[in-house]
Amino acid sequence: MRAKLTQKLGFFLLFFCIAATLLCLGSIIYFIASRGIKVISWEFLTQGPRMSMTQGGVAPAIVGTLYLTLGAIIFALPLGLACAIYLCEYSPKGFVVNIIRISINNLAGVPSVVFGLFGLAVFVKFFGFGVSILSGSLALGILALPLIISSAQEALLAIPQSIREASLSLGATRWETIKNIVLPTALPGILTGVILSIGRVAGETAPILFTAAAFYLRGYPKSIFSEVMALPYHIYALMTEGTHPDKQTAIAYGCSLILLAMVLFISATAIFIRQKQKGAHV
Amino acid sequence: MSNRIKVKAEDVNFFYAKTQALKDINLDILEKQVTAIIGPSGCGKSTFIRLLNRMDELVPNTSLTGKIFLDGEDILESKIDVVDIRKQVGMVFQKPNPFPKTIFENISYGIKVNGIRDKEFICQKVEESLKKAALWNEVRDRLCDSALKLSGGQQQRLCIARSLAVETQVILFDEPCASLDPISTAKIEELILELKKEYTIVIVTHNMQQAARVSDHTAFFLMGELIEVGKTQDIFTKPKDPRTEAYITGRFG
Repeated sequence: MRAKLTQKLGFFLLFFCIAATLLCLGSIIYFIASRGIKVISWEFLTQGPRMSMTQGGVAPAIVGTLYLTLGAIIFALPLGLACAIYLCEYSPKGFVVNIIRISINNLAGVPSVVFGLFGLAVFVKFFGFGVSILSGSLALGILALPLIISSAQEALLAIPQSIREASLSLGATRWETIKNIVLPTALPGILTGVILSIGRVAGETAPILFTAAAFYLRGYPKSIFSEVMALPYHIYALMTEGTHPDKQTAIAYGCSLILLAMVLFISATAIFIRQKQKGAHV
Repeated sequence: MSNRIKVKAEDVNFFYAKTQALKDINLDILEKQVTAIIGPSGCGKSTFIRLLNRMDELVPNTSLTGKIFLDGEDILESKIDVVDIRKQVGMVFQKPNPFPKTIFENISYGIKVNGIRDKEFICQKVEESLKKAALWNEVRDRLCDSALKLSGGQQQRLCIARSLAVETQVILFDEPCASLDPISTAKIEELILELKKEYTIVIVTHNMQQAARVSDHTAFFLMGELIEVGKTQDIFTKPKDPRTEAYITGRFG
């Protein structure tokens, strides 16, 4: 009897924790959506800000965030994947590799504003990219790197050694084995990492603060060396600067809703692709 | 029966770090015959056959002395390309390990990594390999299905077909029936008897009846040593070494 009661209590507690988590998530979405939906219109999505950001839309910020996120992934995915492959498939196991692993995990713990300062010092000043999409993407990319590396590593380690052996025993080289067998099998797991980092990157403000983001721009960026507006920074600007806080706050909620929807949409697409990949071979 | 030696192990010693896993192994494996390797767990039988296609290289911290000849050529020499060895010496593993790809791709993979792109040839070879592995009739209508949908026994025959598709001459079976039911096991054994007409076969097995049923020669390993080797019939009816007798009569192991 006693054991059953304990079990019931245990399950109830677990259920309670899940419910509390979902409640948090649900209330955030409700809060943002109910306030943000009021300002959302076709004009809001397709036009630039007017009248010192109290009217018009936020299209340049949406476009800017898309560019920055895309840039960060273009930079971080191949680099991170290559690191993960090297660490899992090629490097001899030992002291040095452990140090590299620990360093990568530590990189994940670095506060994002540090990446911002680093980006300012290295990309903006040293390489002379200026405050630009390129600098911002690189700073965001470094932020995403540890996420991508560790999730890709997990995905690679989850693949049974016996499949690698099967491929090698057929006379495939290690590289052929990685390219044809290991990577395709690990793809769903790798995509998960990409999804996570997209969510993270799209919403980051600190790394682009000094490297890419502009307070206000007329029109769209012209090249990767242009400054951009970005949604997270735009929200920050609306809430802290300007002369019409009442109107700006409403727009900030609109921006938050768009940012949330964008991240959810990207995640959903990636999850869809992942399921399709998985489904093909189960 | 041919008496040509296909694979020859000469004074082979093998170490995992400082632990000696194989001690002075000398063994001849005859062409187009089935050689069974029996012995209790941890006696070095799997370690030994993994040397024959250089799969030992995948494990770090090991060392190896001695010589292993394939058709008279020492495959342990550094100038030898392991990829070439593995094309000639295929391997079927303990658990079926098909690639998470389609049935067709599982077979064509080995042909493609060997640089053949001719589609017609590949299709022909896939069919031929599946027929040789006695799987063609079961999968001919669903070559584009995932290999993971097959049953365990079918998957194992697929893995056999996969190694037949490359220009294999020797096939190493590492306890191929350990995870299969008796009917699937019977099919694999039947297949082994069929395959020995064309291929040299080495099979590691825990199942003594299996060794007796399929093999021409049997080698008994114990604690990393080769205790006795001979015609299967002789090993099972009049073993020379008391340890062999003890093992095959089930007194230990």
